[in-house]
Amino acid sequence: MIQVVAPLLFTVLLFVLWEAVCRIFKLPLTILPAPSEVFGSLWQFRVPIYDNALVTLWTTIAGFLIATVFGLLLGIFVGWHRTVYSALYPVMVGFNSIPKVAVVPVLILWFGLGEVPAIITAFLISFFPIVVNVATGLATTEPELEDVLRALGASRLDVMRKVGIPRSMPYFFGSLKVAITLAFVGAVVSETVGANKGLGKLMLDAQSAFQVSIVFAGLLVLAVLGIVLYAITALIEKRFTRWAFRGQHR
Amino acid sequence: MNALVSLQSVSMVYGRGADAVRAIEDVTLDIAKGEFIAVVGPSGCGKSSLMKLISGLHLPSAGKFTIEGRPVTGPLKSVGMAFQNSNLLPWRNAINNVLLPLEIVQPHRSRMRSERAQYRAQALKLLESVGLAGFAEKHPWELSGGMQQRASICRALIHEPEILMLDEPFGALDAFTREELWCTLRDIQQQRKVTVMLVTHDLREAVFLADTVYVMSNRPGRIVMRREVGLPRPRDLEVTYTPEFQSIVHDLRACIGGRH
Repeated sequence: MIQVVAPLLFTVLLFVLWEAVCRIFKLPLTILPAPSEVFGSLWQFRVPIYDNALVTLWTTIAGFLIATVFGLLLGIFVGWHRTVYSALYPVMVGFNSIPKVAVVPVLILWFGLGEVPAIITAFLISFFPIVVNVATGLATTEPELEDVLRALGASRLDVMRKVGIPRSMPYFFGSLKVAITLAFVGAVVSETVGANKGLGKLMLDAQSAFQVSIVFAGLLVLAVLGIVLYAITALIEKRFTRWAFRGQHR
Repeated sequence: MNALVSLQSVSMVYGRGADAVRAIEDVTLDIAKGEFIAVVGPSGCGKSSLMKLISGLHLPSAGKFTIEGRPVTGPLKSVGMAFQNSNLLPWRNAINNVLLPLEIVQPHRSRMRSERAQYRAQALKLLESVGLAGFAEKHPWELSGGMQQRASICRALIHEPEILMLDEPFGALDAFTREELWCTLRDIQQQRKVTVMLVTHDLREAVFLADTVYVMSNRPGRIVMRREVGLPRPRDLEVTYTPEFQSIVHDLRACIGGRH
């Protein structure tokens, strides 16, 4: 009970505080609109916000799903052998260090304005943690356990199937929580740089028209969507790797 | 001679060239079918290397190593292993952990799907024989250290290996649990007549369980003493308090040496 009430109470408190600050200091609408204003805009522009949110949601999920499949496969490949690991790792780190905002113009050049650059950005930004986590899970398999299996005549593939992959599942599902948030960031960033639809684009347009309360309404929707997406992946994680959460179930 | 395992002047080296580490040097020993041998020695003396060698995971650099007269060229498949750490898979319950080797070793591997029920019954019986009757469906974290170790030994035995290799299997247990497991292992060996190689640094454990005890020296590991334990079987824990037992332990201890 307290676990539901406490965060709810805190959120409400935060909004009340925000409202109070706006009223007491009489902040102009163009600087920081009060929550009442923001919710007002949210209601007033619910149709375009809803339409654009759907686009962002779908590009995020598409990018995330591609990252999940690709990240899992690449992670298994990288974790398969030490040599592959050391060969690919520097390139991956380098690739991951490139700010993805810088890639978006290139993507737009290649694929045109639309949903594709957003999906690709979401994918590019979110696959790295998945790869690293899966590879780490595989690389940290206990050598003694490997001996037990190898002494039975198990092939490398057997060891992977019976031990390595199940063992790296908590790492994999753990990384999905990080990846979904990043995918969301990627999609919105891409929309902000250049797109014809999506929450990022909507907020950019509202900003240039000095409709600051719509910008904040967009931010609010982003936050809520972020929480929902995170919660879903966290739930999936618990569902599939109960054994790794044993401490919490006892 | 009817030795199951035969090592003649076998040496084993890790690495190559200047970095090479000599782990085992000039070891000669025979293990008869159904014999229980124990290898004792100071830590880092290559006991575990000897185990890797005999299981075929690591090939000798010199000497002759045969099993049932045939030279060994790779992993044996007829070996069951258990270590100090039980290494049970946390996502599998006890019985599924025990069944793991059957999913690897032929011919069980291809029969696993069609005869799963029969294999399960077999695993259940094995778990019962080590006192884990009611714990088949429990996950490793729900078992005590001693129970985990029992399950681990079951896993090493399920495919009816020729040789059971135990690397300090009771090292992490408290004294009472350890003695309980000694008796479990003693009974299992008696029933199944399985050949056992036990690596340990507990001399009492070695003398209580084994037919023959080998003492290894510091790296590179050589065998410095071979001692047959003449104590009659079946042995009871009481035997550990007899003068004969004590004197064997004493001899072994003197042979290992070190500062006191």
